[in-house]
Amino acid sequence: MAAHVLGLDLGSSWSKAVLLDPDGRVAGRALRRTGIRFEDAARDLRDEVLSAAGVDRVGCTVATGYGRRNVPFADARRTEISCHAKGAYHFFPREMDVVDIGGQDNKIIHVRRDGTVANFLMNRKCAAGTGAFVEEIAHRLDIPLERIEALAEGATREITLSSFCTVFSATEVIKLIREGEEPENLCRGIFNSVIARVVEMGPLGEFIVMSGGVVAAFPIVAKIMAGRTGAAVEVPPDPQFLGAFGAALVAREELGADP
Amino acid sequence: MPEIKPFRAQKRMKELMAGHFRGVDAAAKDPDRKVAWCTSVGPAELLHSFGFEVYYPENHGAMLGATRSAEKYIPLANALGYSPDICSYLTSDIGAFLAGETPLQRAYGLEGVPRPDVLVYNTNQCRDVQDWFSFYGRRFGVPVIGVNSPTGVSEVTRPHVNAMVAQYQALIPTLEEVSGRRFDPDRFREVMGLSAKTSDLWKECLWQASYRPSPLTFFDACILMGPAVVLRGTPEAVAFYEELLAELKERVDGGVAAVEGERYRVYWEGMPVWGKLRDLALFFQELRTAVVVSTYCNSWVFDAFDPADPFESMARAYLELFIVRSDDAKERIMARLIEEFQVDGVVYHDAKTCPHNSNTRYGLPQRLKERTGVPFIVIYGDLNDLRCFSEEQAKTNIEAFVEQLGPGRAAAGG
Repeated sequence: MAAHVLGLDLGSSWSKAVLLDPDGRVAGRALRRTGIRFEDAARDLRDEVLSAAGVDRVGCTVATGYGRRNVPFADARRTEISCHAKGAYHFFPREMDVVDIGGQDNKIIHVRRDGTVANFLMNRKCAAGTGAFVEEIAHRLDIPLERIEALAEGATREITLSSFCTVFSATEVIKLIREGEEPENLCRGIFNSVIARVVEMGPLGEFIVMSGGVVAAFPIVAKIMAGRTGAAVEVPPDPQFLGAFGAALVAREELGADP
Repeated sequence: MPEIKPFRAQKRMKELMAGHFRGVDAAAKDPDRKVAWCTSVGPAELLHSFGFEVYYPENHGAMLGATRSAEKYIPLANALGYSPDICSYLTSDIGAFLAGETPLQRAYGLEGVPRPDVLVYNTNQCRDVQDWFSFYGRRFGVPVIGVNSPTGVSEVTRPHVNAMVAQYQALIPTLEEVSGRRFDPDRFREVMGLSAKTSDLWKECLWQASYRPSPLTFFDACILMGPAVVLRGTPEAVAFYEELLAELKERVDGGVAAVEGERYRVYWEGMPVWGKLRDLALFFQELRTAVVVSTYCNSWVFDAFDPADPFESMARAYLELFIVRSDDAKERIMARLIEEFQVDGVVYHDAKTCPHNSNTRYGLPQRLKERTGVPFIVIYGDLNDLRCFSEEQAKTNIEAFVEQLGPGRAAAGG
């Protein structure tokens, strides 16, 4: 039966919703801070996206992300690893490495030529190299998040923060400030560090698709990734919504529709 | 709702463990009887032959982990100079000692940990045990003796065995002095015979998990291995594993699955996360995935034990252990178990404070995947220090891994 489907990605920082129409086209999207009540975030997002699209009901809802178990009205749930892989494969149906940089974790997902997940890696416990790291260092530098990319574009020198620990990275930044490092170079250093932490997680192939909130907010990380790895780096439309989009594709499968 | 199916034998096990702790406690209070503390894969058989009641601090460490009291005690040891980066069995055990507390009080009514007359270690598993025992040696003013085993052993050779036999024999004078008894080779052979039987039975119990569906999981085995650790060398342990084996065979014959609707079978490499044992057991149940084999529970299988030649076979058995071996040997052992237990994937636990029991740090998982084609995942945690365990991340990793197994095998035509 043709119906709309909903994908919900309840991330550590932000929650995302993607609504697909019965033909599999994006009929709506919504984004909000996850906050402390996953269930409320999920419900509010659903209501927001459905009312904006003028849709009364959906045929299937799939939840993903850290809060995937806290969506009582979801019909199914999948991990964000499966959903990002599915979303990326929709746009790039080929063998690839999906690099997702989220608020609290980084993932490398190796997707086979047929779209199945061959293996995946997640960062260890520390937030170094994640969105939380970018926020923390920007805060330390007292530079608004929306300005750091523009500053980074003007860098004259490549620096990388070497610490595995976000807190120690902040002290490393203080040392660089004391030594008179230019803010532009420090901002560039933040992004260099994000990519450095990802690259050391595991081997990457020659075709990389980047997703998550960090590449959505700071497209410069894709350029840095390409420069660092020599790989072709692609970013799908709305990379922050890729997990939710993948979840919606799973929902279509659950209904028996063509992906 | 997922559920853990209890074993009938667990009732008997509780009685046995209570008897063990009360027995050691009684000996500690009796001037005519002696208590030896021993590392978990130390020369327990030799100690029993001298009539020592044998107490295992690692078992106590696991109890502190399982009761989630470790977090309360670890900081006390840290403050004394025992780093948060070293064995969290050690830090939780020493911390509990400093606090004057033990789960044995509540579980078995003991006043405290039974006082040792001698401490006997084997560094086959790590150096930490020697430092751990030395702490107590200083505190109690009793001898600390032991054997320093080679590690990274690829093949156990004659020179390895000879060196260890000489070290075991060198323990005898101190043990004679502390126990007040002469070494009795016949009694040693007898104890070795009982340990060999316990080991054989425990192995057969573990091997029942090679049936589909598996009648037990790694999480069950972590509990059921208690007597294999603390009571090996006694007739009670033999009787217990005979009973358990019969129950397991009954489950196999009746098709009773430990994990209802078993879809996947995985290998757990590394230490348990003691404070999350039950949570993880239920989590795998929910994923309809049976953890059918582990390196850890196999660590108390000693194929070499032979009462006809107790010193030599003890030396060999405690050298053949997984933890003592080189990565080459470990890969061979794991590849064989992956095949025998028809495993779909391997979950490696990288335990922050236990480098010797974490086999993820020198490329072994990647090489073994290359060799067997079986996928793997690494989760980061710890045996006792839950500050090192990110539960959400670990669970997302495991769940995603299980999601990956289905299409992965289909794509491989398997």
